[in-house]
Amino acid sequence: MGFKDFLKLYDEILRQGHRTEILRELRDEDDLFFLLLYSEMLGLPNPVSFYTLELYPYMLEKFHDWHKRMGMEKSPLSGFRCC
Amino acid sequence: MNAILVAVIGMFVFFMGYKYYSKFVAERIYRLDPDYQTPAHRYKDGVDFVPTNKWVLWGHHFTSVAGAAPIVGPAIAVYWGWLPAFLWVVLGTVFAAGVHDFGALVLSVRNKGQSVGTLANKIIGQRAKILFLFIILILVLMVNAVFAWVISNLFITFPSAVLSVFIQIPLALWIGHLVYKKRGGMLLPSLFALAAMYVSAIVASKVPALQIDLPRYFGGEENIVAFGLNGVAFSFFVWIVILMVYVYIASTLPVWKLLQPRDYINSHQLIVGLAILYLGLFFSNPSISAPATNASPDVPWFPLLFITIACGAISGFHGLVASGTSSKQLNKETDARFVGYLGAVGEGLLALAAIIAVVTFFSDEASFLGAYSSFGAAGEGGLGYFVQGAGQLATGIFIPADIATTIVAIIVVSFAATTLDTSVRLMRYIISELGQEYKIKPLTKMHVATSIAVVSSAALVLLPEGPQGFGSGGYVLWPLFGTSNQLLAGITLLLITLWLKRQGRNYLITLIPMIFLMFMTVWAMIQQVFFQWSGLGEGHEMNLLLFLLGSIILAFALWILLEAIAGLRRKGTEDN
Repeated sequence: MGFKDFLKLYDEILRQGHRTEILRELRDEDDLFFLLLYSEMLGLPNPVSFYTLELYPYMLEKFHDWHKRMGMEKSPLSGFRCC
Repeated sequence: MNAILVAVIGMFVFFMGYKYYSKFVAERIYRLDPDYQTPAHRYKDGVDFVPTNKWVLWGHHFTSVAGAAPIVGPAIAVYWGWLPAFLWVVLGTVFAAGVHDFGALVLSVRNKGQSVGTLANKIIGQRAKILFLFIILILVLMVNAVFAWVISNLFITFPSAVLSVFIQIPLALWIGHLVYKKRGGMLLPSLFALAAMYVSAIVASKVPALQIDLPRYFGGEENIVAFGLNGVAFSFFVWIVILMVYVYIASTLPVWKLLQPRDYINSHQLIVGLAILYLGLFFSNPSISAPATNASPDVPWFPLLFITIACGAISGFHGLVASGTSSKQLNKETDARFVGYLGAVGEGLLALAAIIAVVTFFSDEASFLGAYSSFGAAGEGGLGYFVQGAGQLATGIFIPADIATTIVAIIVVSFAATTLDTSVRLMRYIISELGQEYKIKPLTKMHVATSIAVVSSAALVLLPEGPQGFGSGGYVLWPLFGTSNQLLAGITLLLITLWLKRQGRNYLITLIPMIFLMFMTVWAMIQQVFFQWSGLGEGHEMNLLLFLLGSIILAFALWILLEAIAGLRRKGTEDN
């Protein structure tokens, strides 16, 4: 193992705990973003829904993780192709 | 006796323990399966459940569990001579801590990565969960009191370390901001922070004006400052207040802001500390001046030795880390041996180094016995002797003793401060959880819970008085801290034992350490509670606080034993 590899491993070891925490904080922000994105379907008026609509195809996979994280086994939205 | 020989013997036993005993446990008892789908794969979410390289996971596990406790315990326990402490650290690590940490990891991996608390509920029942919650509560309370005392004590003994410790706070905040907001790397800024701390340590150890020496400012022991307290006692009071205000703020901030960047810097410090100790040892080749056993101790070693050294021989806290985070990131089940068992060995190595630093520090046996004249004196001075001993070892690698002493003091204070932060935060969570459980709404509020945590911890560290008066009483809490840590280990070992029994496997390897621990705890508590703190024994005065705390711990230990008997009998009939 070269010095560079060693440094990389060392950094990865020390980063491990922080990585989780930072990802969790970021995920919380993402969750809020999702809520805003789908707010129209949940009955909240969204002035930019025309634009967010375009994002749906890119968000499908993440959407599935999101609603599971939010404690809903099945997709809460009817007429929306998820599980 | 040559200290290198002792270190090498210790390392050899650790090595044999890992190579043979842990292999036997992994293959025959825990029966690790390389094809088992670990929670990291099954519930992979990229955040908590992430399959991780075993070296990375081991490093993270080790840096999470290693702290000031495996240094303080051995530094006090060498009072009974170096041999009992050495044997307990080495054999405890191999036969108790190793299987405990390793077992907690395996148990959690086999149960969806759940933590010990949840598993207590699942394996034993609701009662066990409440018992578990109360044991943790008493453990974190002890940790808060003991570590606040440790830090204040070091600040008073080594004033040159104060500045660098306080410099670390803004540096950590800066790193937190850099990493979280700017998405920068951590390695370079944290190395810079470390360098800044050590440069300030070097300067402070040479320039007395930069040494924040409160006892000197308050006129020393002769001067009565306020409330009838002399300069030293008043300094202690001031440090405790400052620390408590600090932990209040630190434990209510988001973790990435201060706690985690500080952890990161401290991980470098752990490496620096171990390097100073072991390189210093091998280059300076000192001999042990302390006696192998203390011929006339004022307090018998049995059973107090086993609760004076908790971390370093066996510690329940490791089970929390193993089942809380490490189990969710284990890539292959067979990696559990490497991460869990070797994590315990790492802690054992730190405790071994602590023993060696203290027992090589004194010029001869008489001066050792003079410094360690009583168990009380060992409690008060032990950590100071470790710091100076480590400073002396560092001269072997050409670091001047005064600078090395300051740096080692900083390392120990940093470890203790991070432990204090985490522990106050944990206490806040537990108080909130109890508030939810018993529907007491105010307790669930962050500031109410934190205030209760901070005020009760401050009261606990300030109340007991040692022989030197106010401020020197913290060390009497140390055995209580050790005991509550052992109780936690006991309950984890009980869970592993019951699990093994349900699988129809040999469970003696965890049952024996568990019974041993509980026996020592019960014995020590009976001795202390009934003969010392109750005031009934000869020459002892009643100490209500310690009497109450000791009684609670004793009751918990008996409770665990009863649960164990009930669990083993119940399952015994079901299995047949």
